[in-house]
Amino acid sequence: MKRREFLNLAGLGIGGAMFTNIPIIGHAVPLETQWSPADTAKKKQMADIALNAAKSKGATYTDVRIGRYLNQYVVTREDKVQNIVNTESYGMGIRVIANGSWGFAATDKLDTDNIAKTAQQAVDIAKENSRLLTEPVRLAPQKGYGEVSWKSPIEKNAFDVPIKEKVDLLLGVNDAAMKGGANYVNSILFLVNEQKYFASTDGSYIDQDIHRIWPTFTITKIDATTGKFETRNSLSAPVGMGYEYLMPRAQDKIQGGVTTLYKGRYDMLEDVKAGTAQVTQKQKAKSVEAGKYDLVLDPTNLWLTIHESVGHPSELDRVLGYEANYAGTSFLTLDKWESKKFKFGSEQVNIVADKTQKGSLGAVGYDDEGVSTKQWNIIDKGILVNYQTIRDQAHILGLNESQGCCYADNWSDVQFQRMPNISLKPGKAGTSPADIIKNVEKGIYIVGDSSYSIDQQRYNFQFSGQLFYEIKNGKIAGMLKDVAYQSNTQEFWNSCTAIADERDYRLGGSFFDGKGQPGQVSAVSHGSSTARFNGVNVINTARKI
Amino acid sequence: MPILTKDEAQALMKKVIALSKADEIEVNLTGSDGGNIRYARNAVSTSGGVSQNNLVIQSSFGKKMGTTTINEFDDSSLEKAVRRSEEVARLAPDNPEFVPNLGPQTYLESKTFVPETAAITPKLRADAVAQSLQIAKENNLVAAGFMENSAGFSSMMNSSGLFAYNTSTNVNFNVTLRTADSKGSGYASKGFNDITKLDVAAATKFAAQKASGSANAKAIEPGKYTVILEPSAAIVLLESMFFAMDARSADEGRSFLSKPGGKTKLGEKMVDERVTIYSDPQHPDLPTSTWNGDGRPQEKIAWIEKGVMKNLYYSRYWAQQKKVKAVPSPDAVIMEGGTASLEDLIKGTEKGILVTRLWYIRNVDPQTLLYTGLTRDGTFYIENGQIKFPIKNFRFNESPIIMLNNLEALGKPERTVSGESGIHALIPPMKIRDFTFTSLSDAV
Repeated sequence: MKRREFLNLAGLGIGGAMFTNIPIIGHAVPLETQWSPADTAKKKQMADIALNAAKSKGATYTDVRIGRYLNQYVVTREDKVQNIVNTESYGMGIRVIANGSWGFAATDKLDTDNIAKTAQQAVDIAKENSRLLTEPVRLAPQKGYGEVSWKSPIEKNAFDVPIKEKVDLLLGVNDAAMKGGANYVNSILFLVNEQKYFASTDGSYIDQDIHRIWPTFTITKIDATTGKFETRNSLSAPVGMGYEYLMPRAQDKIQGGVTTLYKGRYDMLEDVKAGTAQVTQKQKAKSVEAGKYDLVLDPTNLWLTIHESVGHPSELDRVLGYEANYAGTSFLTLDKWESKKFKFGSEQVNIVADKTQKGSLGAVGYDDEGVSTKQWNIIDKGILVNYQTIRDQAHILGLNESQGCCYADNWSDVQFQRMPNISLKPGKAGTSPADIIKNVEKGIYIVGDSSYSIDQQRYNFQFSGQLFYEIKNGKIAGMLKDVAYQSNTQEFWNSCTAIADERDYRLGGSFFDGKGQPGQVSAVSHGSSTARFNGVNVINTARKI
Repeated sequence: MPILTKDEAQALMKKVIALSKADEIEVNLTGSDGGNIRYARNAVSTSGGVSQNNLVIQSSFGKKMGTTTINEFDDSSLEKAVRRSEEVARLAPDNPEFVPNLGPQTYLESKTFVPETAAITPKLRADAVAQSLQIAKENNLVAAGFMENSAGFSSMMNSSGLFAYNTSTNVNFNVTLRTADSKGSGYASKGFNDITKLDVAAATKFAAQKASGSANAKAIEPGKYTVILEPSAAIVLLESMFFAMDARSADEGRSFLSKPGGKTKLGEKMVDERVTIYSDPQHPDLPTSTWNGDGRPQEKIAWIEKGVMKNLYYSRYWAQQKKVKAVPSPDAVIMEGGTASLEDLIKGTEKGILVTRLWYIRNVDPQTLLYTGLTRDGTFYIENGQIKFPIKNFRFNESPIIMLNNLEALGKPERTVSGESGIHALIPPMKIRDFTFTSLSDAV
C-alpha cells in the first residue's frame, strides 16, 4: 500500500506539503460537473480505429481501453473546508502483441489520426522489444463477449449528492470531535468513478461503470503538560458502494464490545464521538510490556495483515519474478503449490479470492483484459492450493483460462496482474468475538489498522493498530499503548486457533495498493471475522528523542 | 504539443487570463512526453509511451475559489473552462485560509533540461536493457529492471503579473539481479536529468556483485549494531525526517519538532554537529525547478546546520499567520559529508554491518519519528575492517533523529534515488552506532 500517495492526495499528511512535484492522479475538473458517460457507440468507433490500425501494422492481438477516471475529494479540518477537488482523466491505452512481444502506447488526443498513430507506436515498441524476448507471449484463450456492460450495484450515486451535503456531514463530524475535546480533527470524503470501455480482437466490447467511496477521519489530542499527542483514525472501510454507505442502519452495527463496529454501512458521526473519547483513554493507557501474547484481531485490523501476508505472496507474477525489481518476489514458490502439502496455516484457515463480492472494492464484471470475473480458493484448510493470475501467465499453472485479475489504474498505464479481494472465510457457526476473548488467558484485543511493514518475500511482518485492550483471564482489563506485533507469515497463520462466525464477517480494504513500474495503485477489499492467533511476539514502540 | 516553448506557453496563458471576469485568476500549464521499458526473468516484459498536456485554471471572488482543467486549447474550449472555474468559485464556501495571488517573482535560471535526454528513443531504451541483460547472463544471474525517461515543461501565470516557466528532463534506471537459486540478491538505482551521466553497465555490475556476494547468508542475532548505511539505505530514513519538517505541524504540537506549550525545536541542536542538510536548486549534481507549485521561488537554504534545526517549510497561509518568510518545501535535499569512500568506512570498522538498502519503511510513532522496515539486497558482516560474510536480512525499528545522534562517520556524498518515494538526493554513506535491529527475516 502506498501511504504517501494518499497523504499527498488528501493534503492531510504532516509532510504532505513537501516535494510538490509528486503528481496527483488525474487532473482537477469543475465542481458539480454532470458525470454522464460518453456515448458507447462513439467509444466502439474509436476502439475499432485502434484495433484495425494495430492489426494493419502487424499486431497479432490488440486490446483498447478507453477510460474516464473521476475522483472527488472533500477535505476538511476543524471548522474549515480545505479543498474540494474534482479530478478527471480521459484517454486511451492500446496494448498489442507483435512479433510475440507486448507493446503499449497511450494518448489523450482521441482523433482518428492520433489513435492510429498511437496504435502504430504500440506496435513499433513491441517489435523493438521482441529482440529481447526469451519466449513469445502465450495468452490463455478468451472468448469474445460481444457488446456487454456492467455497473457497480450502488443505491445512490455519490457524485450526484450535492457538495453542500458532503461538507455538512464532514463539518458535523469535526464539530463532534472538537466538542469532545479534540485539539485537531481532519476528515475527508473520497469518491471514485471509473467509466471504462474495453475492446479486443477477441470480439469483446465491454462497457463498465464502477463506483467506490471512502470516508475517513483522524482525531488528535495533545497533553498540554507533556506535549505528547495521541490520535484515533476512523474505523470505516473504503468500499465499492455509493453514498448509501454513509446512511447508517441499526442492523449494520455490531454493538456490545469495546466500541461500535460497522458491517455494510457506516455511522461516521457515532464513530467520531466514540473515537474522541477513546483518544483520551489512549493518552492514559498503560505502555505494553513486550513479550508473547495471544492476539484477538478485529477485521478492522486483520484485513491489512491478510492483504500483506496472504494477498501479495499469492500473486503469481511475484512468485515468478516479474516484480523482483520493485515490490519483490514471494515465499510461496511453485514447488510449495505443486507439493499440495504446503501448510500455510492451521486447518481453520480458508482463504478465498473473489472478484464478484457485492460491495467490495475489487468487484467488476470483467477485468481489464476482458475476462469475466469469478471466485476461487487460495488456501484450503491451511494448504496452499492456488494463486492469482492473468491471461499471459495462466498456462504456467496449467489453467486454460485466466482468473480475471488484470487491472490498470488509468488509461495511460498498461494493465497487469493485480490482487482480487482476498478474504478469510468465517469460522464455525456459534462463535462470537466475545466467545474467543473469554478463552484467552494473556492476550491483546486489537481494533483498527495503523503502521504496517513486510519484507519483499512476505515472511517477516510488523503491524500496529488503533485501539489495544489487554485481555487477562478471559476479560478485557483496560487499554494499552505502544503496541506492535511482529511475526513470520507461516508461523502466524498456523497459530490461528479460532475464527468468529459469519455474523461478525466484515470487509476492510485499501484504495492505494501500490505495485508495478511505473507505479500503479489498485483498490482491494479483504473480509474476515474476528480471529485468534496464539503466542505472537509484541514489541513496545515507545522511544525518547 | 506537448512541449511548448516559453513564448508559446506565455501566449496561451495570456489569452486565458484575458478571458477572466473574476477578482483573480491563476493558470498552470504543463506537458510531457515519456517512455519506459520493464524487464524480468532475463527478458523484456512490458513497455510503453505516454504524452499529455494539462491546463489548470483557478478563479477567485473574495475568499471563494474554483478550479477547472482542460486539455483542448481552441478558443471556445478555453473560454468555457474560464467560465466554469468562475461558476465553481461562486458556489464554493469562503475559505478562511485563502491567500491572494503572488505578484511578479524573480527566479534563478533552471538547469534541469538536457536535450540528449529529451531525444531518448524506444531503441535506446531497448539497447540499454540488452546491455544490462548481457551482464546478468554472463554472471549467471536473473535480472529484473526498469528504465523510464520523460521530458516536459511546467509554466504558471496569474492576473497579478507572475510568470514562471521551466523545462526538465529525467531518466531513471534500476535493476535487481538474483542468483539462479534465489539465495542472493543485489540492487542498483540511478537517476539523472542527463542521460549521458547514466552508466547502465556500471549500475548492473554493481548489482551483480551484491547479488553474488550476498548468496548463502548466515543468520546472526538481532540487536544493536554499528551499521554502515550506503546512500540508498540512508535516504529512505532521512526523507522521513524531511517530509516531517512542516512548520504548521510543529507549531500545532503534532510533530517530532513540537514542544509543550506550542513551542518548537526550531533553532535547537537535535542531532550530531557534523550533520548539515540544505537544498540548492542550482546544484550542478542535483538541479531542480527554481520555483515551486504555487509560484514561490526556490532558493538555496539550510534545513539543518551543524546539527541545529535552521528552517522549516511553510504554506503561504501559515507564514502569514506567523509573520515569517514563506519558505517553500524543496524538491530535493543535499547532505554534506566528508571525503572517505565506502571502502574507507568499512576499513575503519572493527565490528559492524554494511547495509545496501532499506525497504518498506513505515512510521510507527510520529512523535519520535520511529520507523520500521527491513534490510534488502545485500547485508554483510564486517570484522576488522573487512567484509567477512553475507548475513540474513533484519527488521529494524529506529528513528532518524536517534540515528543522527549516534553518528560515527560520514563518507563522500553521492546522488541517490529513494526506493520508497522516488525523490533524488545527494547523501553520504554513514556509519551509525547502536542501530536497532529487532528481528530476523528469511527474505532474500
